[in-house]
Formats: sequence, structure tokens, C-alpha cells
Amino acid sequence: MNESETVVQELQAAFPFLAGRATVQRERRVWVDVDRDKFAPVFGHLAKNLGFTNLLMITGLDAGADLEFIYHLARSRGLIANVKVRCPKGESVETITGTFPGGHIYERELIDLLGAKIDGLPEGSRYPLPDNWPKDEHPLLKDWKPREKGAQDA
Amino acid sequence: MPDKEKIVRVPIGPQHPALKEPESFMVDLQGEKISSIALRLGYNHRGIEKGCEERTYVQDVYLIERVCGICSHSHSTAFVQAVEEIAGLDVPPRAKYIRTLIGELERVHSHLLWLGVAGHEIGFDTLLMYTWRDRELVMDLLAELTGNRVHYAMNVIGGVKRDVPQEQFARITSVVDALEERTKYYVELAMTEETLAQRLSGVGYLSKEDAERFGAVGPTARASGVDRDTRRDDPYAAYGELEFQVVTDTRCDVFGRAVVRLGELMQTYSMIRQVLKKMPDGPTSVRAPLKIPTGEAVSRYEAPRGEDVHYVRGNGTDKPERAKVRAPTLANLQSVAKMLENGYLADLPIVVAAIDPCFSCTDRMVAVRGTSESKTMNWEELVQYGVRWYRERGIDLSNVKMRGEVTA
Repeated sequence: MNESETVVQELQAAFPFLAGRATVQRERRVWVDVDRDKFAPVFGHLAKNLGFTNLLMITGLDAGADLEFIYHLARSRGLIANVKVRCPKGESVETITGTFPGGHIYERELIDLLGAKIDGLPEGSRYPLPDNWPKDEHPLLKDWKPREKGAQDA
Repeated sequence: MPDKEKIVRVPIGPQHPALKEPESFMVDLQGEKISSIALRLGYNHRGIEKGCEERTYVQDVYLIERVCGICSHSHSTAFVQAVEEIAGLDVPPRAKYIRTLIGELERVHSHLLWLGVAGHEIGFDTLLMYTWRDRELVMDLLAELTGNRVHYAMNVIGGVKRDVPQEQFARITSVVDALEERTKYYVELAMTEETLAQRLSGVGYLSKEDAERFGAVGPTARASGVDRDTRRDDPYAAYGELEFQVVTDTRCDVFGRAVVRLGELMQTYSMIRQVLKKMPDGPTSVRAPLKIPTGEAVSRYEAPRGEDVHYVRGNGTDKPERAKVRAPTLANLQSVAKMLENGYLADLPIVVAAIDPCFSCTDRMVAVRGTSESKTMNWEELVQYGVRWYRERGIDLSNVKMRGEVTA
């Protein structure tokens, strides 16, 4: 059994509800699909007990009525666990900065570009959009289109 | 407990605080010492990820290459690897070796560039002149191999665009030999020149624990004793078949970061020789479909500054549902605030420069595409072209004298 399969087995042993939702894509790539209310314990278990101490990035996607977040975690020797969680637009997810203080920048990106709501994120300047960018415009939402060249601000 | 009344707040940036790249630091000073620092990023946000969703995969390769002027090959390789994984393409071994070759040459030019910048930041401009002179060798070699000094456009989905024929191997070897000799001199210089060691030692300290906690990558992490290198840990292209050592250092300061980069240069020369020796024959690409199936992939690449991470999701069309890029500087900037705390204000430029933040440096053109067919222009033709281009848009430059005394 390779390392990825071991991780999947360890996860399913700790969290029986992950049966069929933690999968091996290929060597060194594990995907975990988890419900929002179960995210914190699964994420914490990976980071604290299974050695995934390196947060690579957080990808945010516009999935229609929901936003989808993928937390890419790595551990030594190249293994990546990608943890997916969905959150209805307008609702919030917990911050991960308690575990990964450097992760605040990725969370601010989700807020600016997708309009995500993150609970418990410490105060700080926005990223990456400029300070005068309208608060309700989030460019990575699928229905957002850039304004025509020369159009006036509303 | 610092006395609040004695704290002076100094804004540094956003106009190039260390390199010619915008970034803003709000520095709280107590005397000469930095008590805390706040960062503001995002001045260079160009909407490339959104742009990728609106373009085809073929166009995206070019767009992604322009994420960075220096690690252009790094980003395009990370992107095409993810797309190839989704499409289930079996990239030919020769293409993987060529990607590795260009990637390592890119590392040489990037590390030499950094060494010069580091010299400049501490007032050692002779080092800047020396290393940038040497860097020209590898830039010219890259131009010979790919057609351009930066933005090589070697990658296509399914392989590489151009072969590197056997006849060019001798030329590559001669450049690598010359650069290796000169790098040995810099290694000796770093180890024996006392002013260099004294200026850089203990500056920008980042402990191993903090490097791991803040997710530092690349030479910044390795100089704090974090033994992590994607080329070894998650091998891609031809790295699984090459022998090399991951260079680490336990000094945890700017001097350590210089030592790591110099050590990496020596490893890179050895890797390039291995690539030339082992390069298999065969095709350089496989045909890729225009429409990429539904699926997703995460791809990593050890760029000169640290790890690039790309995520791509395909939706069955010729455009990606999502393309996400994490460049190494974003990961490293989290550690900069820590490095600067309790340091001296005068160290700020070199500490920031020591993570090798990324900026674009394309200022030379090898060939310019004409309106109907591609052709090469000399300086005068280029000036004429520029004057014409602006005149068509209502700006008359005919009275402006330019080099070559051109008046249109």
C-alpha cells in the first residue's frame, strides 16, 4: 500500500463519514470532500496528527449557489491532501489562521475575489484588490464581467 | 513594553521598497529598530486568473507565462502539467528533459540576477557588475535555444514546441563550464570576504519553526534548515531521473540564503550536464485535444524563488473552469514581517531582497511580429514602427528626437 492509500485509510478510520469521500487520485495526491460542519475536525486532524503542516494555498471557486473552497495541504515527501468544502453564498466558514497564521493572505483573496465570508479572520488590509474597489464586486464570480472601457463609475 | 509615544511610523513603498516592484511596508520604528511592520500587497494584480477562464487553454499557456518575467518557464510548466494530467496525456520523455533543461537554465539566470541585486543592496556594486555580466551568457544561450531571453514559449500542452538538437549541446556545455568556473569564484568570495559575511550574518533571522509556521518556500526556507525541494519530493519532468542534492543551511539569515543559492547553482550545472547526457531520442510532443475533459489537478514546480503551485479544473470545453496560481513570493512574504522584527531599518532592503521577490524584466526584443508575417526589425525600423503606431492613434511623435536621430 502506498503512502496516499495509508492516509485515506487513517482518515476513514478517524472519521467514518468520509467513506467514499476521501480518495486517491494518483501517487501523492489525495482528495477529501467534507461537509462544512465537519470541516474543522478533519482539517485539524490532517494538520496536527497526520503531518500535513504545509499550507500550499486555498483555491476558491464559484459553484453556482455555493462557493467551493479547496485547501491544499502538503506534508514531507511530496504528498498533497486537497480538502474540499462547499458553503452557500452569503454564509461563512471558519478561518484556518489558528493553525496556519500565514494563511490569512489566501483567505483575504477569497473575500476579495469571490465574496467569501470568513469567521475569525484577524483585522488587516484587503488583498489583492485596491482600497477603492467596490465592496460588492467580486471578479472571480462567474456572472461578474469587466466594465466596458471608458465606462463611468456608477 | 514599547513606549507608544516614542514609536515613529514610516511608510516604505509602494514604489519599489527593495526591487523595482510595488509593495507597501508600514514600519513602526523605535529609534533605529523595527518594532512592528504591516504589509500591503496587490499593486500588481492583473486579473490573470479571471483572464484564463475567458481564454482557451492554448491562449492560457501564453498568458500564464506572463505571470512572471523571470520564472516564465516555471509557471507555464506548472500549468501545462496540470492540464496534461486532466487530459491524460503521456508527455514524451524527450520533452520532459527539454523542460528540465530550460527550467535549470532559468534557475541559473535567476540566481545570478539575485546575487547581483543582493550585492547592490549592500553597496557591493562590483558584485552586481560581475554577476550580471555572467548572466548575459545564460540569457544569450536561452535566446539561442528558444528564440527569446525571457518568455521562452517552449511549453505546449503535450510537450515542448522546439527541439534542442544535438548540435547545440556543445554550446550549452561551454556556457555551463564558463559559468561554473565563475560561480566557484563567487563561492570562494562568499566564504572568505569578511565584509560580506559580516554585513549579511544575523540579518533577517528566520528560525526553522517560523519558516515552517509561515509556509516559507524555496531558498528562503532551505536557508532556515527546512529540507524541502519539490524537485526531489514531488518529482516532475525529468527530475526523478537526475542525481542532485538539496542544498540547505542552518544559518537562518541573509548570508545563509546567499550560501544556499550559490550551492544550488553548482547543483544546477551538474543537473544540466546530466540532462544533456541522458536526453532520450524521440518526439518532443504529443497531440493535445482542444477541449480538455472534466477533471482537476494540482501541479507543483520548484521555481528559482520557491514552489509554484497551480490548480486547474476542466469542464469539458476548450476553456478552463478555474485556473489558480500561487507564486512563491506570496508564500515568502508572510515570513518577511517576522524577519524584520527587531531588526534595523537599514537592513530592510536587503532582507526584502533576500527572499528574491519577483518582478518583470523584459526589456529586450529579439523579433517583432509584423502585420502579415513575422520579421526582424533593426533599431531604426523599430523606432519608425513606434512613431507610426502612435500617429495612427492620434499622437504625433515626429518632433521628438530619438536615438538614431530619427524624425519621421
